[in-house]
Amino acid sequence: MTPTVRIAAGQGFWGDWLEAPVRQVTGGPVDYLMMDYLAEVTMSIMQKQKTRDPRLGYAKDFVPLMERILPTLAQRGIKVTTNAGGVNPPACAEAVAALARRLGLAGKLTIGVVSGDDLLGRLDELLARGHGLKNLDTGRPLGDVRDRVQSANAYLGAAPVVDALGRGADIVITGRVTDTGLTLGPMMHAFGWRRDAWDLLAAGTVAGHTIECGAQCTGGNCLVDWERVPDLANVGYPIVEARPDGSFDVTKHPGTGGRVTVAGVTEQLVYEMGDPQAYITPDCVADFTTIQLTQVGKDRVRFAGIKGRSATGKLKVSIAYAYGYKAVGTLVYAWPDAYAKARRADQVLRRRLADLGLEFEAIVTEFVGVDATHGRLATAAGVPVDLPEVQLRVGVRARELAPVERFTREIAPLILNGPPSVTGFAGGRPKPEEIVAYWPALIDKGEVQPCVDVVAV
Amino acid sequence: MKKVRLLELAHARSGDKGDTANVGLIARKAAFYPHLVKQVTAARVARHFKAMITGPVERFELPNLRALNFLLHGALDGGGTISLKTDAQGKVFSTALLRMMVEAPR
Repeated sequence: MTPTVRIAAGQGFWGDWLEAPVRQVTGGPVDYLMMDYLAEVTMSIMQKQKTRDPRLGYAKDFVPLMERILPTLAQRGIKVTTNAGGVNPPACAEAVAALARRLGLAGKLTIGVVSGDDLLGRLDELLARGHGLKNLDTGRPLGDVRDRVQSANAYLGAAPVVDALGRGADIVITGRVTDTGLTLGPMMHAFGWRRDAWDLLAAGTVAGHTIECGAQCTGGNCLVDWERVPDLANVGYPIVEARPDGSFDVTKHPGTGGRVTVAGVTEQLVYEMGDPQAYITPDCVADFTTIQLTQVGKDRVRFAGIKGRSATGKLKVSIAYAYGYKAVGTLVYAWPDAYAKARRADQVLRRRLADLGLEFEAIVTEFVGVDATHGRLATAAGVPVDLPEVQLRVGVRARELAPVERFTREIAPLILNGPPSVTGFAGGRPKPEEIVAYWPALIDKGEVQPCVDVVAV
Repeated sequence: MKKVRLLELAHARSGDKGDTANVGLIARKAAFYPHLVKQVTAARVARHFKAMITGPVERFELPNLRALNFLLHGALDGGGTISLKTDAQGKVFSTALLRMMVEAPR
């Protein structure tokens, strides 16, 4: 019998289905529960929370979740890898440790804490030593926005996760570790894969990419044959069954809804894909053109043949900075002539904004029900005449708050002083929103030292 | 020459990286893949999206997955948190591509 390791995905992002991780650890045998909580926007939100209260700055949902499943995890020997630590992994670990003691698990649990990704306090030192942290998309130096930076985190790979597991951690709580590293780490630990076994690391990286968005590879948000995806209400989240040779199956627990097929898994493989021959992570460079997929059973797809190359000498850094402000206002216009009324309202609104002398970086108008998602592709053959209703959606963006604030007061007046048959404003005045923008950069690997602490509860 | 919507030959999923949307286009049958390679060129996709994007289009081939990956640069009004668009993260550029009319395979 070939030894396999079963890694279950429990969260595809912070805000994903709360029931998923519970179902993953109770619905059948698994060895690891992997939970990805961090999107780019999440890090800056957490940084703000931590600034207000040094005990915060992590995915708070993780603690009540642990309250629900920690006894099951302990009983079944299931380990957890998660980047729920956000910008404050030690505080997250302390909250989980306190919970574990309260649940009577003192002496039965070891927590690994991975940090070292946070570069916010080192930015000036790095810039002074000649690290430009240039924007990967625009080539601009970080100096352009240095005074507005809110968070800066390097993406760490699987190595510190492997280190924590090797030192006996049952729960590994990290900061900005890559989504894929949370899945690759357990495989490297379980199979003793070398850190230069590029094909194996690429295989584990592809496994991580496949399950990092949760149910998006088991029938969720799946276009192909979508009407016949069974029982989405009860959708099963993905499980990787990994083998030491780098081949693995993606499946889900029996009795759950959703579907695992080659076509559905392929949709997830191409999601957020760049150059498929160079999927770059801190651990390796994976070649997605080498993946061979086979349907080997119902709801079971086998991955084999995956090749990889050596990792680069750089780490990606995600920097968040204050960009400006935006607001979006909406109104709904009803038949007859719904689209014409909405267009007229947009003209009136834009005229008033111009007359007020308000300056915006951008004003974007969409007519929901006509062109909001497919633009002019949707109207190329003409707009259907008798539309029952159209939503006018206008967004504005500016570096300063004042014009955006004034814009939010120009929507409601249109109800009484604009075109007729308008409704759908119960939500009240739109709220100006601060824009936190992203500055992707690279840094030499040697500048970032991952830090792993292992604490017995 | 008979024309069909790309939707009949392929399915797709899209996502974002900054101001770039990616669309992964997947042949519904293996026999359709060479047809897609010929018909759905980067130039053709750039023309299709010309009113929706400001930058160039790149294409990558994944014959093993009978898929093509397109990068549509300048597609998302600045992308992510900056964008004012409903589809700020490019989630439905996939189906926008599937509107394209192409020659029917033999």
